Amino acid sequence: MKQGTIRQILLLTDGCSNNGEDPSAMAVLAREQGITVNVIGIIDEDASNQRGLHEIDQIALSGGGISQTVYATQLSHTVQMVTRQAMTQTLQGVVNEQLKKILHKETDLEALPPDTRGEVMEVVDELGETANLEVLILVDTSASMASKLPTVKEALLDLSLSLNARMGSNLFSLSIFPGKRKETEQLIDWTPTLESLPAVFSKLSPGGLTPTGPAIREAISKFKGKRHKKGWLPTDDEYIEKSV
Amino acid sequence: MTNTSKNLFNVSRGTVIHGKWKKQTYLVERKIGQGATGTVYLVNGADGEAALKFSQPLSITSEINVLKAFAKVRGSSLGPSLLDADDWENGGSVYSFYVMEYIKGPTLTDFIKARGPSWIGVLLLQLLENLHALHEEGWVFGDLKPDNLIVSGPPFALRCVDVGGTTKIGRSVKEYTEFFDRGYWRAGSRKAEPSYDLFAAAMVAVNLVYPERFLRDGTGSRQLILKVKQKQELRAYAPVLVKALQGEYASAQEMREELLEALGAASHESRKPSSRPSHSVKNNGRTARRRQQKKEKQLFGLASVLGTAVLYVLYILTEVLM
Ligand SMILES: Nc1ncnc2c1ncn2[C@@H]1O[C@H](COP(=O)(O)OP(=O)(O)OP(=O)(O)O)[C@@H](O)[C@H]1O
Ligand SMILES: [Mg+2]
Repeated sequence: MKQGTIRQILLLTDGCSNNGEDPSAMAVLAREQGITVNVIGIIDEDASNQRGLHEIDQIALSGGGISQTVYATQLSHTVQMVTRQAMTQTLQGVVNEQLKKILHKETDLEALPPDTRGEVMEVVDELGETANLEVLILVDTSASMASKLPTVKEALLDLSLSLNARMGSNLFSLSIFPGKRKETEQLIDWTPTLESLPAVFSKLSPGGLTPTGPAIREAISKFKGKRHKKGWLPTDDEYIEKSV
Repeated sequence: MTNTSKNLFNVSRGTVIHGKWKKQTYLVERKIGQGATGTVYLVNGADGEAALKFSQPLSITSEINVLKAFAKVRGSSLGPSLLDADDWENGGSVYSFYVMEYIKGPTLTDFIKARGPSWIGVLLLQLLENLHALHEEGWVFGDLKPDNLIVSGPPFALRCVDVGGTTKIGRSVKEYTEFFDRGYWRAGSRKAEPSYDLFAAAMVAVNLVYPERFLRDGTGSRQLILKVKQKQELRAYAPVLVKALQGEYASAQEMREELLEALGAASHESRKPSSRPSHSVKNNGRTARRRQQKKEKQLFGLASVLGTAVLYVLYILTEVLM
């Protein structure tokens, strides 16, 4: 039987988009196709930018993902935590969905007694460890990001280290925005490890506008194979029919 | 860090916590400790003093699973023993918590501060003994750091708390703290294997003599080895730490024996035959037994409808895994 695949866009940015479609709308578009959008906002120790923070939360909310705002120094740990938490959240969503179908009513994991919840959680853990994962990393390389890029590089290497310790397979892909000629530019095509990342990062020349919305739209199209209306399991309903 | 990771629990002394499912009540005495996601309180319950932990429901649930698995290891002191697990409904919100044995004593950091660095070596021996037992049972502790180590006694015994990072061997480490994580130092993977914990154990010693910690400079374990060699307090067993930092020990037992030797103890002590049976043999039996217990529990399920539904889900999801 085919393994489930979790699809995520991981957006790293430091502030506000200023070009093209509303990024939240594009995040909804991603979510509708079973792709979760997680956003990590990188802020400077001194300045805080309210509009930027709000946008970061809105995109993740619309994209069914998780958002987190951090100082550059905390980036590594946060990037891998957000990605893992988002995976668990997706899987938990799948489990809740199944419970709903069986019980014909709204039943969240939290509504179950603790012992039962623990058993379901074991399954969620197991799935998180073995599921295949596709992460498209979307890095804001507008002018203000220049000083943060070395930290972003370390954080992404850390992410691939964490995910590659899992039993399931991983595919990463890296795009930046704005690109040289287009709004978005793919720098690394789907690959199981991010080995080529340092070389790619050393050639970056940050600058330009921040077309976050168009970048998310473009990112969606990079996911391979058949995209699904919703959910990550290709044949969700089959399992139910088979087992009932 | 903002929003999602903010620690949201703040319960004042005198608050009574009622368990929704099992109807136990606990009177809050004081806060014991607080981490990135959870908060632990000293409480008084029907059976006296205990430690009660609040955290995100998912973390609580998986920590309970680990503590339950530990409870099945006979005569173990792998972690604090689990006493209760429940939800507390308060002011329109539901808070998941569990109650565990309260381990009385200072954290390793405070203990060393009070008694001096000559205790580091001997307590490290105890830590390795704990880790060995844990590894034998098929687990890696994961989030090893001085805050998660409590020196109880006298007679002094080192106990590990916070099983948030505890992971089955072979999987990816669930939770870690960068300074103690070999991945952060580019000194190895984040796969849960004994050498992961042994690296962290060596870093515990490093942290005790560098309380301020330090950041990576990109030279990997070279930087750490230099740091170890620069400290007089670690001199006696620096070679052991260095080997652990380079992933050269396959088992906690092996590292413990070399540490013991370095500390100048009689070497026959270390050859004492282990009283624990070797683990690889019983692993299968253990999972089978777990499954059995799982089934029994489901029969007694609170609502049998729910129980059956969950069985379906488990079945469906296991199918997906095939
Ligand atoms: N059973 C216990 N007995 C005594 N003290 C405890 C116990 N459990 C936890 N503590 C203390 O409370 C502190 C916080 O608890 P814990 O580490 O479980 O929280 P956490 O949120 O998981 O932390 P972390 O940031 O490490 O993930 C611990 O560092 C420890 O010092
Ligand atoms: Mg802790």
